This record gives sequence, structure tokens and C-alpha cells, in this order.
Amino acid sequence: MTDAPPVAARALVKRYGRIVAVNHVDLTVEAGDVFGYLGPNGAGKTTSLRMMLGLIRPTEGSVELFGRDPVKEGVRKALAGVAGFVEAPRFYPYLSAQRNMRLVAAYDGGQARGRIDELLELVELRDRAGDKVGGYSHGMRQRLGIAASLLRSPRLLLLDEPTTGLDPAGMRDMRALVKRLAEEGITVLLSSHLLGEVEELCNRVAIIRTGKIVYEGALRDLLATATTEYRLRSAEPERARMICLAESGVENVRAEDGELRFQADEEAVAALSIALGQARIGITVLAPEAASLEELFLGMTGGESGDKSPAREEVA
Amino acid sequence: MTAVYRWEIAKLLAQKRTYLGLGAAMLVPLIFVIVLQFQSGGPNDVPLGRYIRDTGLAVPFVALFFMSFWAFLLITSLVAGDVVASESHNGTLKTILTRSRERGQVLTGKILAALTYTAVVVVAMATVGLVAGGIAWGFNPLTSLSGTKVSTGHGLALLAVSIAVYFLPLAGIAAFALMLSTVTRNSAASVVGSLMWALLMQLISVLPGIEGIRPYLLATQFDAWHGFLRVPADWAPVVRAAWVCSLYALIPLAVAYLVFLRRDVTED
Repeated sequence: MTDAPPVAARALVKRYGRIVAVNHVDLTVEAGDVFGYLGPNGAGKTTSLRMMLGLIRPTEGSVELFGRDPVKEGVRKALAGVAGFVEAPRFYPYLSAQRNMRLVAAYDGGQARGRIDELLELVELRDRAGDKVGGYSHGMRQRLGIAASLLRSPRLLLLDEPTTGLDPAGMRDMRALVKRLAEEGITVLLSSHLLGEVEELCNRVAIIRTGKIVYEGALRDLLATATTEYRLRSAEPERARMICLAESGVENVRAEDGELRFQADEEAVAALSIALGQARIGITVLAPEAASLEELFLGMTGGESGDKSPAREEVA
Repeated sequence: MTAVYRWEIAKLLAQKRTYLGLGAAMLVPLIFVIVLQFQSGGPNDVPLGRYIRDTGLAVPFVALFFMSFWAFLLITSLVAGDVVASESHNGTLKTILTRSRERGQVLTGKILAALTYTAVVVVAMATVGLVAGGIAWGFNPLTSLSGTKVSTGHGLALLAVSIAVYFLPLAGIAAFALMLSTVTRNSAASVVGSLMWALLMQLISVLPGIEGIRPYLLATQFDAWHGFLRVPADWAPVVRAAWVCSLYALIPLAVAYLVFLRRDVTED
């Protein structure tokens, strides 16, 4: 049982009437992963997470956390060592942060009560611990959500878009916290549509589109699948373009912003540079540009938006 | 289970609506006594009403009678109808359902907290009525519904058991409100729905030609305590209230339990 992966979803399906929110999802999160669960809004990320946390019942298939099924075995057993939140973490607005933490600690058996102050300190809410949560900003509630999750000393953290709605400083702090927790050995499943965030934090990803997984694997492998594009800036763009078009192995040549862009392998680029030199065309820039996760994501999700920049976070 | 119950009570104590109902329940007998102090007449056509100026002991009994029409129904519905729905609405249900308590434990804690509140409200009303009535007219022996005098100590004991029996139909109302709260996930619909249900029961109970079913209506059970105030005590309405109210409470609670255990917790 202890060797079972932190998350193993098998043929997971959730239907709401005729709508299939999650469609035969297979997903495995290994111990130590910071696993990015990527998809446009409405793709089925949150529904998947709800099933993992036992909040909704799968229509078909199963999900196990460390080998335990929350539907069959109940949350007490299945969520032992697991914590997290879906959508925004919610607390009782008429209770203080301190009392909210005491409440969730009591629901967990009360053993963690002694860690409340330490965790509120960790998320920088110690000074406001006595204030009612109703007066908290979104960012403070997100941080309180993390603190409440850590009360259980989890081995697996399920976080649903933890930086959504935070200001840039809040996002930076939240990501730093997730990094730190991952370094401490906590496996993290991070649902997000912020591609920059996933690139920064995750080692493995799954991309979900309209309820189906379209990619699951190492982020590095995903980025390596992209065809490398090169950009060329020269003293004589038109002559350079003609040479590019004539060169074998150089494809999709186009002019953009005073530069040439094309796709080629390294051998063809080497041959091209010689050809340009022989034609006495001065090269000022010849550089590869790897496809970004955003481009791969857009390709896999049919152009539905994720977002790579904090400033455009609510696009999808 | 104790932890869930304790925190459900803590949550109730932190909410304004809790004090709204409790305050109203305590205010009614107080106003009643004050008004009677300035009037010569009295509620002569209600049980013990004609003896209300003989002893403060009669006040809580008379208040029990009047508050069964709508006040206790509303106060009970106000809290029991909100106890699950508000958590669905605020999203806090997912917070507590992803901790280490099973759904059955969570719902049981909520049911016990709602019933505790209902009991506290009735006891608080009776206590205020007793104290206010005692200050106004003293703690003299009580005249029973059979016309015999009952000592003050015995009268207090009768008040205690009457409150216990009076609690039974209120538990039925609370159970119905809890069911609506669980099924509809909407506080307002649950409060209004359960109040309508209770008032409908009252309406049916006064319709002519329903003598055969009247003893089994929920509204009728609010009068079961009269049995204790007869000499000798008439146990028939008390026993009937016990099993009739159990049915009125257990059926909706069973529905609530089944729905709560299987429901998908999503953002409402």
C-alpha cells in the first residue's frame, strides 16, 4: 500500500447529464513529483481534483491516493497524508483565522493544534490570526488555505490554481512556498492554467482538453517534442531569404519584424550559415528559439487559452 | 463525533442569527408579562391562562401555547434550515469534508447542534417566563387543568417534563428543515419551506372532518404537554407525541442522511 503512487486515476469519468466533464482520464503522479495539471478553464481539472478529494463521486473509473479510494474507503483513510483545496480555499468568515485553524485541526483529530501558530507564521498571517476571515483579502485566504493544508503534515498536496487572483508579489510568494514544500519532499499536484507557473515549478505535466488527457509525461520531454525554430537577422534580408528558400532542410521560411524565421535541424542550419557566408551576406543574429510551453499547449488544446503571464491570468 | 458537535455549537455561537432567535424567544414572555402588568384582562381561553396572575409558574406554560403557532417554528427553522445550506453556499462544506471526518459524522454533528439549539431556545423562553412571572406574581402553587392545586415544586417538575414533550414536535420541524437544507442547499428556501410545512400542519389540524387523522398531525403534538397538567396525568397524548414525532423526525433525517452521504460537493 505504501508503494502505491500518490495519485493514480484510472479511466476516470464524470458525467453531469449529457455533459462529460472528465472523460476516461488516466493519470499517475509519482512520489516527489511537482505535477502540473494543465488545461483551459472548463477542461475538467477541478472536477478531477474534486474526485481525488472525495468531494464528488466518479461516474466510472476510480482514483486512488496512495492506493486508497476515497469513495470506497472514506476520506478518513483515503485522505490520510493528503491535503489541499479546490478552487479558492473556503473558511468561516465569522471566525478568526486562529479559530478556523483550530476547527480544521479538531476535524483532523486535534493532534496538530500545537502547530497552528507555527503555520500561521509560515504563511505570514500570525499578526492577523485574531481577525475574522471575512475581512481577509483573497491572497490572505489562499495563504490560510495552504496553512490549513499543512496542518495535516501531508505527503501529497493537491492545489487548484493556488495563485489565481493573487497580485504579482503574492504569486511570487506562493510559488516560492510551493517550491519550498516540494524541496521538503511533499508531492504536489498543481492544477493551473498559468503556463509560466507550470514551467517554473513542475517536473511532470498532464494536459487536459475537454475532459480528456492529451499529454502526460515529463515537462522536459514535452518541450523537446517541439520543432526548433530559428531566427535570422542579416544585412540583406531579401537575398538571405532567397538562400534560405533554396537551402535543403530549411522549411517554413517567413519574414517577421525584419527577421527571417524558419524551421530546420542543426545540420541544415550549419549548411545555411556557410551558404550565407559564401554569398557574402553578413549575419547579425542566427539563433534557435525553442517552442514555448504556451505554443505546445495551444497546439494541444486547439487554441484554447491557457496563460503564461500573470497579467493575463484570467484569459481562459 | 464530540469534536464535530462542539465546533458546530461554536459556529452557531459565532453567528448573529443564533442570537436573533434566542433573543426573540426570551423577549416574548418578558413582553407578555409586562403587557399583563398594565392590563386587567388576560388570556382566559388558553390552558392555564385564567390563572396567570395567581402564580408566575403559569407564565411559561401560557407562553408555550402561544409560541407554538409560529414563533418557535420560525426560530427552529431559522437555524436548522441554515445549518447545511449555508455551508454549501459558502463553500465551507468542502473544507470540512476533506478533513478526517466521514460525512455521516459531520451530518450527525449538525443534527445534534440544531436540536441542541432548539432545546436551548425553549428552555431559555421558559426560564425567562418563569423568572419574569415570578417577579410579577410570585411563585405560588399552580392550578392544574383539572382544577386541583399543585405545589410550586411539583409545578416546576411539570414544567420541566412539559418542555421535554414540547421539544418533540419542534424536533420534527428541525428535522424537516435540516432535510430541506441538505437537499436544496439554499438557506432561504429551507427556512421558508419548513415554516410553510409547519403552518400547513396547523392549518390542516383545524379543518373540520379530519378527526381521524388529527391526533397524528405534527401540530397536534404541541398540545401533548397538557396531559401532564391533568390530575391524574393523562399519558396517552404524551406517548402518542413520542412516536408520532419520532416518525416526523426520523423520516426527513433519513432522507437528509442519504442525500448528504452521496451528494456531489460542488460550488453552488
